[in-house]
Amino acid sequence: MSDKRQLVVIGNGMVGHKFLQAFTQSEAMQGHEVTTFCEETRLAYDRVQLSSYFNGKTADDLSLVEDGFFETNNITVHIDDAAIAIDREKQTVTSKNGKTIAYDKLVLATGSVPFVPPIPGHERENCFVYRTIEDLEKISAAGKTAKSGAVIGGGLLGLEAAKALKDMDLETHVIQFAPRLMNVQIDEGGGSMLSQKMEGMGVNIHVDKNTSLIEQGETAIHKLNFTDGESIEADIILFSPGIRPRDELARESGIEVGERGGIVINDQCQTSDENIYAIGECALWNNMIYGLVAPGYKMAQVVADQLSATQNAFEGADMSTKLKLMGVDVASIGDAHGDTEGSKVYTYVDGSEEIYKKIVVNKDNSRLLGAVLIGDTVDYGNLLQLKLNDMALPEFPDSLILPQRDGAGASGLGVEALPDAAQICSCFDVSKGALCQAVSDGATTLGALKECTNATTGCGGCTALVGQVLNKELEKMGMDVNTDLCEHFPYTRQELYHLVRVEGIKTFDELLEKHGKGFGCDICKPTTASILASCWNDYVLEDAHTPLQDTNDRFLANMQKNGTYSIVPRIPGGEVTPEKLIALGEVGKKYNLYTKITGGQRVDLFGARQEELPIIWKELIDAGFETGHAYGKSLRTVKSCVGSTWCRYGVADSVTTAINLENRYKGLRSPHKIKFAVSGCTRECAEAQSKDVGVIATENGWNLYLCGNGGMKPRHADLFATGLDDETLIKYIDRFLMFYVKTGDRLQRTSTWMMNLEGGLDYLREVVIEDSLGLAETFEKEMQAVVDSYQCEWKTTVDSEEKSKSFKTFVNSDKGDSQIVFVPERDQMRPANQEELQSALDAKG
Amino acid sequence: MQTATIENEIDICALTDLVEDAGTAALVNDTQIAIFYVKKTAQVFALSNYDPFSDANVLSRGIIGSIGDDLVVASPIYKQHFKLETGQCVEDDTISIDNYPVQIIDGRVLIGLAS
Ligand code: SRM
Ligand SMILES: Cc1cc2nc3c(=O)[nH]c(=O)nc-3n(C[C@H](O)[C@H](O)[C@H](O)COP(=O)(O)OP(=O)(O)OC[C@H]3O[C@@H](n4cnc5c(N)ncnc54)[C@H](O)[C@@H]3O)c2cc1C
Ligand code: SF4
Ligand code: FES
Repeated sequence: MSDKRQLVVIGNGMVGHKFLQAFTQSEAMQGHEVTTFCEETRLAYDRVQLSSYFNGKTADDLSLVEDGFFETNNITVHIDDAAIAIDREKQTVTSKNGKTIAYDKLVLATGSVPFVPPIPGHERENCFVYRTIEDLEKISAAGKTAKSGAVIGGGLLGLEAAKALKDMDLETHVIQFAPRLMNVQIDEGGGSMLSQKMEGMGVNIHVDKNTSLIEQGETAIHKLNFTDGESIEADIILFSPGIRPRDELARESGIEVGERGGIVINDQCQTSDENIYAIGECALWNNMIYGLVAPGYKMAQVVADQLSATQNAFEGADMSTKLKLMGVDVASIGDAHGDTEGSKVYTYVDGSEEIYKKIVVNKDNSRLLGAVLIGDTVDYGNLLQLKLNDMALPEFPDSLILPQRDGAGASGLGVEALPDAAQICSCFDVSKGALCQAVSDGATTLGALKECTNATTGCGGCTALVGQVLNKELEKMGMDVNTDLCEHFPYTRQELYHLVRVEGIKTFDELLEKHGKGFGCDICKPTTASILASCWNDYVLEDAHTPLQDTNDRFLANMQKNGTYSIVPRIPGGEVTPEKLIALGEVGKKYNLYTKITGGQRVDLFGARQEELPIIWKELIDAGFETGHAYGKSLRTVKSCVGSTWCRYGVADSVTTAINLENRYKGLRSPHKIKFAVSGCTRECAEAQSKDVGVIATENGWNLYLCGNGGMKPRHADLFATGLDDETLIKYIDRFLMFYVKTGDRLQRTSTWMMNLEGGLDYLREVVIEDSLGLAETFEKEMQAVVDSYQCEWKTTVDSEEKSKSFKTFVNSDKGDSQIVFVPERDQMRPANQEELQSALDAKG
Repeated sequence: MQTATIENEIDICALTDLVEDAGTAALVNDTQIAIFYVKKTAQVFALSNYDPFSDANVLSRGIIGSIGDDLVVASPIYKQHFKLETGQCVEDDTISIDNYPVQIIDGRVLIGLAS
């Protein structure tokens, strides 16, 4: 045995894993050997995002475990193996599979389970809880044949479960024991506004209902009988009336637990046994169980610090919440019910827009105690900060929730008024001070700030505030953030796009004369070329455009390290006939080109000399090929899997869709390259979730994923919309691409673009799906104009004698570059390296 | 640049054979030369076509433009800039490429090569 101290962690859920992450970062890690028991069949995953599983996210997407985490940190993990006993005397833990492990310190992170009330009939088939991925798998399987579902419990989690039923297109009921929904977080007025909204969306809300018996139904699997004599029927029942901490191990080993459950802990998160800690939803602190993840994360940090002899204590956590339930914005802060003595209440109700806002203030009107917001939660950030920082309220506190009309400036507070300690992002415990520090360390964009602090990447509730802090800081640093494209144009790419579009500018010279200075450069020229092409889609080698193009665009091919070019004909969707393959092979052979299959499902022919390009392309065009735009900041490939035509699992024809998409968007010039993929089912053989636009077939239609990226900084695409038909799919992609083309920065892929878009994915949905900017029609029209004016640039080029001539290597000679030398390798050729080149040239003399 | 007379001048091509506001390569004896034509000021420049950073003959295929008051070409491979007037590299003081006298007479482009 090693002389290291033994640390055992029971439970690899959200908090247990957070603890491991924090512990591996601490000094104490060196001196410990760590073992963890994981009862579930999979390692820690993001339970908060659990419902996104219904929208196509996979267990992998939800995983919280970085690749190789356990291996690199040398932590032993027993998966699918629950701890079943703790022997406190011998200091050992025994597991279901019969392992016994000694501990010096033990951490319990066993979480909680949904409470299933002992209603007779609760054990019938198709009765589920909503807590783990396994639960969701069962629910989703049952949903395939069911027509209706009921959730018992109208709290936060109950409503989330109801959304899942709704997403499966089931007739949905919510049965609430209390007189209103979310009775813990919101007041009566808010509750009735929420019910009204949910009913409006077709969810049947039954409040004040106590279920007394579940039995065989007549029109559905179950009949739920209520104590008031009424009943409803449903095929699926989900129990979600509350949670129960998993304290059984502690209880059985004689550790103190609360009267109503929960392992009692002190401020150091120690249980009644000083060698045993409890964190997360199993822990009872100050008679409180926190059903949220942020307080659990805080506890995890406290214990990690404790074990490395660093002072830290858990001092309670704020339970304020902001969320979207079936599209309804709901928020609750502090004392939502006005329980504090002497407190006063201000309410604002807008019956037509279905908005309800309430604030609770102390008796002299000077401090905010709590708030409830339904239907409009933009004030949440401000109000929460006022409450958490105990800040003085304006003279008329109602101004905090009254709508701002007549262009009056927003009341409330500016971020400047906040102290540095103010917590801006509660999911990741990021303070205003930490954000400011990150900005001054160089994170000067929203995207960079997200990356280094994690702020906004949890629930997203803090996005607006984080943006405000960023802007204020930049302003303060006197960092007049120079967003000019380059020294020749005092504009951003987006502004130039606008000028070109609005003023109908057709050439670079015209743009430079009207809005720039100097001669232009290798930044503004290609950018302008791209904008002109996006707007007017002229032939890119028009005389006026030729000098603007990056060398790849200028010669319509990719320049290689030795000055030769590669040629990539378009092979839409990766589908190619044997004849065409033969044609490629023949051209490759004839011109002695190195051939390789690319990562984009097509063939690349390398080593063509500049003067050879037009003749090679003439042959390719005659064989039926078009340019593949491998050189352009434009659509590259639409990868496809073979799909339902051949594959036994395919549910739709991914190849046809990929080909249609590729043919529609080919040639579209954009801020950076764009890649698509289409998969025929959720096995996802086309890797669509790593693309700017990913399309995956489901039985209900296409799921659309946006803003993924491979390359230097991989990013999984976000699920944007589900169950689309062909027409809607194209409509959304048209709008999305045009919005990106219009507003993206130079060389900004869609992933970084979206990360920097204030409001992120939700905002993108508003613009694309709900048409919040009223531009949808324009986007579609502009896209159609690009589609209609498509031309194969290589065809236009080889058809023009003059243009073909401009590919000659030397203006005054028909020779080629004699310093291009190839050497053989694996039956083909490659560029000579420096030494080989030298000896070849020497030999020539 | 245009000087009154150039020694060993060689007739390359017609001015109209050059691409406006871009580069064109020419082969003079065995030397590859990049000729740049700036339309706005009606100037012609000639530099070596050889890019010392990539060891490839590609400078004629770079984009031209200005940095401050200097006219420059950007290498199409790794994007270093060279001043059209002198061949001096903007990013690296120690690197400078050959430049050649060039002038336009009667619509013809003439270049002088040191013998
Ligand atoms: C040929 C190919 C490699 C291969 O042999 O498979 C390739 C080759 C090049 N890639 Fe790539 N990429 C190729 C697929 C990819 C892929 C995979 C894919 O498309 O499925 C990726 C990752 C996916 C992605 O982009 O999200 C990829 C990520 C990159 C990146 C990084 C982009 C990023 O956002 O981080 C660059 C650099 C850039 O664009 O700034 C790059 C740039 C390049 C350039 C253009 C570099 C250059 O300027 O010389 C290469 C020249 C190609 C040529 O000369 O023909 N290539 N490159 C692939 C061509 C696919 C095609 O048929 O068009
Ligand atoms: C649908 C849903 C939505 C939610 N939304 C939000 C939200 O928006 N915001 C928010 O803050 N919170 C939300 N939560 C709550 C959040 O998920 C929990 O607060 C968090 O998961 C608690 O972490 P934990 O590690 O304490 O418990 P868990 O994540 O449940 O992990 C405990 C783990 O321990 C394992 N375990 C238990 N006993 C043993 C044993 N004897 N041996 C080995 N392993 C054991 C369990 O199997 C489990 O894997 C949501 C929860 C659900 C279910
Ligand atoms: S993604 Fe599905 S349909 Fe396509 S090849 Fe893979 S398994 Fe078959
Ligand atoms: S508060 Fe949830 S992401 Fe910042």
